[in-house]
Amino acid sequence: MTVHHLTSRNFKEKSTAALEDAVLQGNLLKLKDNFLARRTKAKESLPEFDDLRDAAVVIKKHTIAHLDLYLEAFEASVNASGGHVHWARDDTEARAIVLNICKQENAKTVTKGKTMVGEEIAINPFLEAHGMTPIETDLGEYIIQLAKEPPSHIIAPAIHKNRQQVADLFNEHHPHLEPRDADDVDGMLADARIVLREQFLKADVGITGANFLIAETGQTVIVTNEGNGDLTQLLPRVHIALAGIEKVVPTLEDTMTIMRVLARSATGQEMSSYTTFSAGGRRKGDLDGPEAFHVVLLDNGRSKLLGSPTEDILRCIRCGCCLNACPVYGKIGGHAYGSTYSGPVGAVLTPSLAGLSEAHHLPNASSLCGRCEEVCPMRIPIPKMLRHFREEEVASGMAPASARRGIALWAWFASRPGLYRTMTSLTTGVLSLFGRKRGRFSSLPMAGAWTATRDLASPQGKSFQSQWARRSKS
Amino acid sequence: MSEARDAIFTRVRGGIPRSDDAAARRAVAERLAGHTRGLQPQRIAIDQEALVDLFAENAQAVDATVSFINSAGDLPDAIADYLRSRNMPAQAAIAPHPDLDGIDWSASTMEVHRRAPKADDRIGINRCFAAVAETGTLVMASGPDSPATMNFLPETHIAVVAASEIIGSYEDMWDRLRSANRGSGEALPRTVNMITGTSRTGDIEQTLQTGVHGPKALHIVVVKEG
Repeated sequence: MTVHHLTSRNFKEKSTAALEDAVLQGNLLKLKDNFLARRTKAKESLPEFDDLRDAAVVIKKHTIAHLDLYLEAFEASVNASGGHVHWARDDTEARAIVLNICKQENAKTVTKGKTMVGEEIAINPFLEAHGMTPIETDLGEYIIQLAKEPPSHIIAPAIHKNRQQVADLFNEHHPHLEPRDADDVDGMLADARIVLREQFLKADVGITGANFLIAETGQTVIVTNEGNGDLTQLLPRVHIALAGIEKVVPTLEDTMTIMRVLARSATGQEMSSYTTFSAGGRRKGDLDGPEAFHVVLLDNGRSKLLGSPTEDILRCIRCGCCLNACPVYGKIGGHAYGSTYSGPVGAVLTPSLAGLSEAHHLPNASSLCGRCEEVCPMRIPIPKMLRHFREEEVASGMAPASARRGIALWAWFASRPGLYRTMTSLTTGVLSLFGRKRGRFSSLPMAGAWTATRDLASPQGKSFQSQWARRSKS
Repeated sequence: MSEARDAIFTRVRGGIPRSDDAAARRAVAERLAGHTRGLQPQRIAIDQEALVDLFAENAQAVDATVSFINSAGDLPDAIADYLRSRNMPAQAAIAPHPDLDGIDWSASTMEVHRRAPKADDRIGINRCFAAVAETGTLVMASGPDSPATMNFLPETHIAVVAASEIIGSYEDMWDRLRSANRGSGEALPRTVNMITGTSRTGDIEQTLQTGVHGPKALHIVVVKEG
């Protein structure tokens, strides 16, 4: 994976700025009441939900253990239904494949359904540099394309924008339409419909992502709510589906099991509005549909996760649920992560695909509270993977010098039990003596990084070890 | 075969521990041919009449409207009534489906154009392949008699389904579709659209809005007989 658009190294500066961004903070506060609350409701109204999660995990584990064979089967099925499969080792190859297809079509306008792989390979600036006009048609993606920003959430890319900012963008970019107030959300929607309908009708090529690739049938599947993905893949002469190699599943039956947990986890819907299965190009007698159908399969570092400590992240179905549940994402939003994939899944995927040295802050941006794993429909042990990266960070000397010195000092004491006991009871005694009155410290020497943004609770009573020793005796 | 393809397969195989290649291939071939179902939700373990009710209830919960008619001959009047109640013109593009062709539209106020929809058609009428009670989901199978654009271009989508075509689960639907062999020689149609409610978005401040790019209204007519 090349890293030209990764800015994860600047995580500290960007997350600090995010905390001070009042608009972002206001928008992020709504996550809990919307996506997450609806997910809980959907889970409660389907008694089999957790059993379906277990079944989905089994399906994906089986598929990943036979990934080569299912990819072969998928390719054969696509060929049999008249489609074309292209293989890309990295983003450079994927961009070249897409460009080549667009050039053969003499494409000018390229509509796009929502695709995270499209973001991963940065296809838009590349097509623009070659004289084509890529148009994002998902409303959220369209908003951030106007703002020239990357998505900040896997399924809600413009979640960082409020209605005033959207109105400002629309008023700037739609000079031929009547100006919209921030409260006129219906009007903005109507404008997007008018502007993008025109693009759908004139597009030469349509690019979408794929939620699933079905080995049995050679179908690509998109799961959407707006209907833009379908207009993107039905109206132009050519449909290109972009997908990571881990998106393959064996059969339609397997797909439906995973589908039962996908929308419920993502938006709390039982099913998204539109789930579409496509195979090959237009057939004899068909009145619509693309003439040609291409699938671009991207590796970009995924294959090296097989057999690695983060292999299980290949199960991810990109529902975005871990972002909604994460207290850190909920405070800093997606852009601070500086990578295509943000939140807990991004904190694992980014160092996995791009290398830890590019993104070693991300696995540290977690309290390891475990909520991501708790809600993940595919039960991916994200906290375990974050700990793995932290260990690797220390082992390879990437951790900051102060942290390494601190841990070394602690290790020196911890391997000398007598001294350790004396020092901890001394420290506990002193802290509890000074902090007893208020119960917490708002500033403390040598702990400034902690107390700058929150208080440190003062110890209450004796240390754990001395309490343990005392209770064992009695 | 391309160099990239070979390199990807080499890397993938290198990452998967496997002692018996033939056994793995057999397991995959069996899985692909087996169509083994996963867990089916209890909510669909009910009789046909109850499935029809469950379908209607679930579809209405996602902003679709549902009406019932006794026979296909009642369709023109039922659609005309619906459109009148919405102050919409009695003009529609209609899928060239044999079931819809067999209806006498001239006896009603409806003016129907038998073709794929055009950009300025406000209303589209299409024939469903089936409907899934589990989540109130319509299933449209593309083909010469059912253009997929009918489900997305017009701002009002009217879908016609027979009560006997309302089934419990998605898996029931795939079995029916596989045996219907609608794809003229292919196992499945080119496009299968599963539609659950109207077009919607939460992209502006997570506020739910309906009717973005696809239909603003979805009206389902269930034909009780035939």
